Amino acid sequence: MTESNQSMETPEEFQLRARAWLADNMPRRPEGQGHLRNFDRCRELQKLLHEGGFAGVCFPAEYGGLGLTLEHQQALDEETMSYDMPLALNIPTFGIIGATLVEFGTHEQKQRYLPPMIRGEEIWVQFLSEPSSGSDLASLTMRATRDGDSFLLNGSKIWSSGAQSADYGICVARSNWDVPKHDGITVFIVKIKQPGIVVEEIVDTFGGTEFCQEFFDDVRISMDDVVGEVDAGWTVVRGLLAHERNSMGNASPLTSGLELAPTDHVVSDIVDIARTTGMASDPKTRQLVGENYALRFVQSETTNRISSGMARGQFPPTAGALLRLMGARAAVRRSDVALAIAGSGAAAWHEGDPAGNAGSRFVGRQAAEIGGGTTEMQRNIISERMLQMPRELAADRGIPFNEVRHNAATTQKSKK
Amino acid sequence: MDVDLSEDQEFFRETTRKFLETEIPVENVRQLADNPAGFDRDWWRRGCEMGWTSMLVPEEHGGGSLEGEGLLDLVIVAEEMGRLITPGPLLATNVVALAVTERGTEDQKKELLPGIVSGDVLATWALNESGGRWHPESLELEARPVEGGFSLRGTKEPVEAAGHVDQILVTARTENGLTQFLVPSDADGMTITPMESLDLVRRYGSIQFDDVFVPASSVLGEVGQAEDDVERQLQVAIALQLAETVGTVDRIFEVTLEWMFDRHSFGRPLASYQALKHRFADMKLYHEANQAAATAVARAVQHHDEEASLKASSAKSYVGDHATFVLQECVQMHGGLGVTWEYDLHLYLRRATTNQVQYGTPDDHRERIAQLIGMDEESQ
Repeated sequence: MTESNQSMETPEEFQLRARAWLADNMPRRPEGQGHLRNFDRCRELQKLLHEGGFAGVCFPAEYGGLGLTLEHQQALDEETMSYDMPLALNIPTFGIIGATLVEFGTHEQKQRYLPPMIRGEEIWVQFLSEPSSGSDLASLTMRATRDGDSFLLNGSKIWSSGAQSADYGICVARSNWDVPKHDGITVFIVKIKQPGIVVEEIVDTFGGTEFCQEFFDDVRISMDDVVGEVDAGWTVVRGLLAHERNSMGNASPLTSGLELAPTDHVVSDIVDIARTTGMASDPKTRQLVGENYALRFVQSETTNRISSGMARGQFPPTAGALLRLMGARAAVRRSDVALAIAGSGAAAWHEGDPAGNAGSRFVGRQAAEIGGGTTEMQRNIISERMLQMPRELAADRGIPFNEVRHNAATTQKSKK
Repeated sequence: MDVDLSEDQEFFRETTRKFLETEIPVENVRQLADNPAGFDRDWWRRGCEMGWTSMLVPEEHGGGSLEGEGLLDLVIVAEEMGRLITPGPLLATNVVALAVTERGTEDQKKELLPGIVSGDVLATWALNESGGRWHPESLELEARPVEGGFSLRGTKEPVEAAGHVDQILVTARTENGLTQFLVPSDADGMTITPMESLDLVRRYGSIQFDDVFVPASSVLGEVGQAEDDVERQLQVAIALQLAETVGTVDRIFEVTLEWMFDRHSFGRPLASYQALKHRFADMKLYHEANQAAATAVARAVQHHDEEASLKASSAKSYVGDHATFVLQECVQMHGGLGVTWEYDLHLYLRRATTNQVQYGTPDDHRERIAQLIGMDEESQ
């Protein structure tokens, strides 16, 4: 089918065509699939979607996408609910990095990187946080040193989800130390599998290895791989963070397919725990089950409201912080509810009991309020940028970065 | 507010707001605290000229809405009324208008609807019974078949605007199940006793039925088959109530946000304290979530969504808790001023609290969700 044909297709026609194609070509979603991060599987699934003409719906047509509207993507999402989708590519590859390249990349960068991304051939990761720079991202100290026609990167990045399986990274580094912190930052595209980069997995409280730490040793980057202007990378970072908030709040047009959580999955989860623990008729348990259902409903309606409001310009781009906060608060509450209903079953259980994971969910609960920007940062954004309340005092404002006080040396982890 | 209003709806909202601000600002609401009805009938009639009671009524009976989705227009009025804690039986009368429109005979429609639309006829719904009973299964008021009709016995309370309306829709129980009757407020054997109420202008009464005879022609819908009708009325009541509650918070959030910038302590505005900014961020989130939930319910009820009951109970429990939470936070932000009679905040908290516990408390609706999602079914 030619592009002009597709652009004339209505969301309804697109949906019908997708329905037929999916039924013939796409594998069904495996039972109880949660946040599975099997990237090899995702690559295959994305390739399949691309061959069928259902990949990159809202990406520009000239860079390998379909150039269609959010309504088309939503129509496709309705159809793909029961299919196995490459959901792990949504964040950060499509929703955050794809969106950032579309917004800030050069024509050549988009031509080079977007088509393989949409074909599922290249998976991306964000290199933002550092061991000594978390919420205060702009205080980062990864060094970008100009060396002729290129830059050399030295330093360490951390909390990068899925870096061990990724092909490329968006990396933020300090290129000028003699100016205030926001004015000396540059954003780079980095090929991960190369000699100067070591990726180490970090084991989280669930026993999983979602996060990594990376060590950069004289990693050479060509000027062609600078995103935005040299020293003006903070503009790109702000855009990237807005895309992150949108994606994490299910409000990005560039992601495809929906997680079961936080929709029906989290409801049946809690109901299952109530039943297997024999508490289904206990009034307090029923209150918690009802609350959990209501929360799921309100969370998904809030997402609809804020994302469609942002698309119409009724909410500023910073409104994504509301969705981040809602998602985090709801996740925390759900884990509390699961623990309360599971009771002692959260501490000791028979293999396969639904109550069994309530305890470990609770132990790792705060991840929801930390990953993707802490809820404290979201509250700052909401109060300062949306409600226009005065900014917090920043002791480093207007001061050249090399004169700003930094962490005590003990928090730095270095690899030698 | 719905983020997806049409131009006509936006215009209607502005007109309604201007009308209410001019005709019945909060000072006037305070004055009406001494009025037995809590509102003025002439003022109500003028409101009806703007469509307050026509939205759920078809055109052939004098009604009409902006774009054929009357409930979505009506929640705009309810929300604006919440912003100014306006009196008047908007919810009560409209629920009856809807019930007659959807289930009435031609005669019943002709007799009641034009008067309701013009504002000459006021109506209310007698659903609740003492002890906080509102759930259809718990209702006991008895309708016994007698020659030519039924005889009603029992008590309904609290009934909104009882004693100040002309028609009462009574939900009763016959041997065969729930049945609804349209009863004129001056029927023999009915005693209406005013009750004390939390809201300054929203009145409630207790109606005692001592063998009140109602003719067969007063049955609305089918005898013994009113369960679905009652459910639909509840959904509409909840949709309107949610919109009104959202309106109360909307206004107080604005006022309190302004206060945060005006009020200074230790040489800086309250708005500059991070401890308070973070609480405001949460309040903002809850207010947006409340609006999202209220909007979703209005649409679900308008469109006869098959999950409308679940959605209504979800929103009713969430908004019930979070609206009063935000208002109490606003009281705290105001300090001593927030707990004075003179300052308007408590008037809003009275309205939102009344709404929180009418047509089921948040706990009641969480229990109802547990039933509706099949908690009582055998585990598969």
